[in-house]
Amino acid sequence: MWILGTYNYWIFITLMMIGLYIVIVRGNLVKKIIGLNIFQSSVFLFFISVGKISDGTAPIILHDGGEAIYSNPLPHVLILTAIVVAVSTSALALSLIVRIHESYGTIQEDLIREAERAP
Amino acid sequence: MLALVVTWAAFAISLVLLFQVLNDGPIRYFFGGWAPPWGIEYRIDALNGFVLVIVGFVSAAVLLFAGPSVGKEIREGHQHLFYAMVMLLLAGLYGMAITGDAFNVFVFLEIASLASYALIAMGKDRRALTAAFQYLVLGTVGATFFLIGIGLLYAMTGTLNMVDMAERIHGIHGSRTVLTAFAFLTVGIALKAAVFPMHYWLPGAYAYAPSVVSALLAGTATKVAVYLLLRFIMIFGADFAYVALPLGATLTVLAAVGILIASSSAILQNDAKRLLAFSSVAHLGYIILGIGLGNDTGVTGGILHMFNHALAKGAVFLAMGAVMLQIGTTHINRLQGLGRVMPWTMAGFTAAGLSLIGVPLTAGFVSKWYIVTAAIDRGWWPLVLVMVASSILAVFYIWRIIDAVYFSAPGPGAENVKEAPMTMLAALWMLAGASVYFGIDSSFPASVASKAAAIVLAQMP
Amino acid sequence: MMATEHLILRVVAKLLIPLILLFGLYVQFHGETGPGGGFQAGVIFAAAFILYALVFGPENTRRVAPEWLISTLMAIGVLLYFSTGAASLLYRANFLEYGVLSTDFVAGQKLGIFLVELGVGITVSSVMIAIYLAFAERQGSG
Repeated sequence: MWILGTYNYWIFITLMMIGLYIVIVRGNLVKKIIGLNIFQSSVFLFFISVGKISDGTAPIILHDGGEAIYSNPLPHVLILTAIVVAVSTSALALSLIVRIHESYGTIQEDLIREAERAP
Repeated sequence: MLALVVTWAAFAISLVLLFQVLNDGPIRYFFGGWAPPWGIEYRIDALNGFVLVIVGFVSAAVLLFAGPSVGKEIREGHQHLFYAMVMLLLAGLYGMAITGDAFNVFVFLEIASLASYALIAMGKDRRALTAAFQYLVLGTVGATFFLIGIGLLYAMTGTLNMVDMAERIHGIHGSRTVLTAFAFLTVGIALKAAVFPMHYWLPGAYAYAPSVVSALLAGTATKVAVYLLLRFIMIFGADFAYVALPLGATLTVLAAVGILIASSSAILQNDAKRLLAFSSVAHLGYIILGIGLGNDTGVTGGILHMFNHALAKGAVFLAMGAVMLQIGTTHINRLQGLGRVMPWTMAGFTAAGLSLIGVPLTAGFVSKWYIVTAAIDRGWWPLVLVMVASSILAVFYIWRIIDAVYFSAPGPGAENVKEAPMTMLAALWMLAGASVYFGIDSSFPASVASKAAAIVLAQMP
Repeated sequence: MMATEHLILRVVAKLLIPLILLFGLYVQFHGETGPGGGFQAGVIFAAAFILYALVFGPENTRRVAPEWLISTLMAIGVLLYFSTGAASLLYRANFLEYGVLSTDFVAGQKLGIFLVELGVGITVSSVMIAIYLAFAERQGSG
């Protein structure tokens, strides 16, 4: 029963491993960035899932001012910042890939390595 | 020009802060007037203050050096972008060192890292692009591991303030979440600090980046990452890290292996900057070795070596930058005979190189002496052998450059090489001279380092 | 007059872009009472411009968002954020302590957060537009 109760951890671990696998194994540079994004998204999902309190609602004050249990708003803010960082990193990585393509003519990692070893 | 003024002002402020902390105790500043644990606070103690001074000193010298070198090595329309990126990098490094809130560390870490990826990619050689990309992928994986560690710590303690976290962790040491958090944090920081198995990005990044960038990064970015490791050891409690977990043994073994392998690789390199990059990995191994030994002398030696290595490595990379300015390459075969045409530059390089080897009367000797004494105190004799062997290896790789520079006949085209411009020489000698000065009289850095070590090891049984 | 290719795309884009801009502004200003805030609003706002650039080409977008304007807006957003924080320094309070910006503590906080989010929104939208246009205008090698 506990396996179903902690399903957020299982999803987190699966996505993290998929992301890391893509980063390590795939030779195409763009695929590496996609793997990095999947890895980072898994961490964000994990953080936010940890922030939910049982029977808690969204952390926005209800209009009628009634009593309610709110989920923790702090992880949301932290993850927002982390998403911004991830977007910036992806943008920087993609621009590097564009310049690598202009310079080497390819974005396959093994072909780039051969081109670097030549001179 | 504005960048130069700002860097020197920041250096002066960091010195003032350090002296104030040494006299009065820790300084705390609350953002937005919200007291912790609700708000973010900036907290400076001896450990922080020392790191701030390191960053300030190296950046002040490097920016003094930067003018002519940037003109030669970075494309025409991009030079103002270079200065903007350097300012961002310094903002990130200072912020990392000064903050007392764990998540704020992550934000500044990523700011500094993004700036350094962009700076490395500005190098002229096209291999700078792939080196920057590799550093980006590995650095982002490391920073995300760090984020996971912080998230797990937040889930267990409910707070992000470092001091508060340190108090709350005490009751829950044994839980698996805390252990996992510690593991993720350590691996993430180790990726950023180029500890042995995860140093792969460093040689490529330092070798192909513009020389100013190599000097700045070598002196600051990895040191601040090591500072983060020390800070988290302090948060978890030194007894937890060293006694309950085999952190000391793990770090020591990894560091020792890393020192030997990196020093040996350095001897085999043909490009001076790549050689110095491998030497950086070896010296980071010394710092981690000192920290891994876990006793007072060891951690003091490690922290002191952070300071000394920043000075020495900054100086040698600046010397290579001057060489790059004058002859356009740093390949060892092309460096021949430069000792006669560029005497001041090469003299600065030699002084800093001797500090890297650890010759007495230079700063490198003092910190290596601390680490060797600490190893003898712990009774781990193989480490003493490792230190001695690596110093001999260091003699070999520094000798390769000195041999080419002083004792070989000048190659073709060496006649019209002039000495480096005055500002570059002044910056170079600022760092190299400090290496020699702090070797002769190292009372001030050593006392600050031992205070900082006392903070880290506050709860050793 | 332009050719009639991609007719559906052009008509639908022209219908949707004002709505997207309006939604971006809504998200920006309702950050306290609903999901939203500076970063989300900035990205939605930029998405409208990027949609225009995708359908009509970057040259046409440059007529609305010239290089100097985007760069200046980026800097203005950051300057707005920093000035709000520094303004509280003028009142001898800590950096970013918005409460002292107005007579009432809560009103001061609201004003401070509003200005800060506005700064973030401006910067984020101009950065996103700049990134997209930098990629789109690059002369590729094929």
